[in-house]
Amino acid sequence: MTWTTHDYENIPGTYVFDGKHSYGAYPLNKLLFSFNTEECRTEFDADPAAYCDKFGVEGKYKEFVLKKDFLGMLRAGANIYFMAKMAIPRGTSVQDAGAQFQGITTKEFQAKLLAKGDGLVERLAKRGGYWNG
Amino acid sequence: MAKIIGGVTSSHIPAVGNAIANNLTQEPYWKRFFDGYAPAKAWLQEKKPDVVIVVYNDHGLNFFLDKMPTFALGCADTYHNDDEGWALKPVAPFKGDAAFSWHIAESLVEQKFDICTCQEMKVDHGFVNPIRALYGTHDVWPVTTIPLAVNTVQHPVPTAARCLELGKALRTAVESYPADLNVVIFGTGGLSHQLQGERAGLIDVEFDLECMERIANDPEWMTQFSNSEIMRRAGTEGIETIMWLVMRGALQSNVKVVHKHYHAPISNTGAGVLVLENYL
Ligand SMILES: [Fe+2]
Repeated sequence: MTWTTHDYENIPGTYVFDGKHSYGAYPLNKLLFSFNTEECRTEFDADPAAYCDKFGVEGKYKEFVLKKDFLGMLRAGANIYFMAKMAIPRGTSVQDAGAQFQGITTKEFQAKLLAKGDGLVERLAKRGGYWNG
Repeated sequence: MAKIIGGVTSSHIPAVGNAIANNLTQEPYWKRFFDGYAPAKAWLQEKKPDVVIVVYNDHGLNFFLDKMPTFALGCADTYHNDDEGWALKPVAPFKGDAAFSWHIAESLVEQKFDICTCQEMKVDHGFVNPIRALYGTHDVWPVTTIPLAVNTVQHPVPTAARCLELGKALRTAVESYPADLNVVIFGTGGLSHQLQGERAGLIDVEFDLECMERIANDPEWMTQFSNSEIMRRAGTEGIETIMWLVMRGALQSNVKVVHKHYHAPISNTGAGVLVLENYL
């Protein structure tokens, strides 16, 4: 099988969800998609390994799911929006996950985000035309 | 005949819905973001559009990866929100206008946009949250809505240039409909953000502001970028910004900028509100 390459593949720390990922991780994403319903979330919690088997999630994919290794799942082809359906109901917010990806605490991750807004009001005033409170 | 009176942009992130549901909109973290919606809400109150066409992407509620339409149009009289696994409480169903939707679908296909038609379509936070932010939450929504979903989830996703073209075709479609309806287009999502990978937490304020200003006054500027270039700059999830171009393409080339509001960060994103009005 020959997969074409893309210039987005060299963006650092980034796993663009394309056909190659979607194809390889199809059972994993199907499992994650099932978490739209409470019934499936409960069934998974009762026996995660059996739930993986039911969806044909095997090998490294199964290992990542059982370890709740979100970066591992992502690299293996999980879609971030689908992964959130597993993470959020179990108390891992997208910011907790972001912190995990970077190996920092959620507080540190949030502080980095807040810093993006430093000086914003002055900056918008200077550009002009923006509502500014 | 139906006419497009303007366009509005809004973030659609889940945190916005949660902030509204939990009455946090006047908390220090949220206050500036939500206060900046007031002029947009007032504009909608004044104009009272009959129909809002909401351009958004589904994040895995209605569409799974088994079938992934690039562009999909709701063609139903009712659209339901549902549990999407993000701990958001589902809201009341939305009223559609099937006959108008089918007219739009016909016109788009005639104009070579071979759109997917959906007679059942669950709408997720991408559709719901802009409506809540701009109209408040209701048991009976005060406006008829038509969902227009753009795939921004699984690449290949359409280019910025193609989205702008779709908007132009959408304008032709709406303006050839015989009923006297005033229509507003919502462009949702964005601006810069990346949720995934070691680069998570990216926000590029400079790019966001440039996008807002160019989309208002010079939308062709966005079409120079490939999706790789947009993702490099605005993050993988920042690619959602292309949906603003569908809205923009549906308006006249010169528009009145009624309102421009930017805030960062909101959760993991830069967030922009534009109110653009067609000259009569
Ligand atoms: Fe989104």
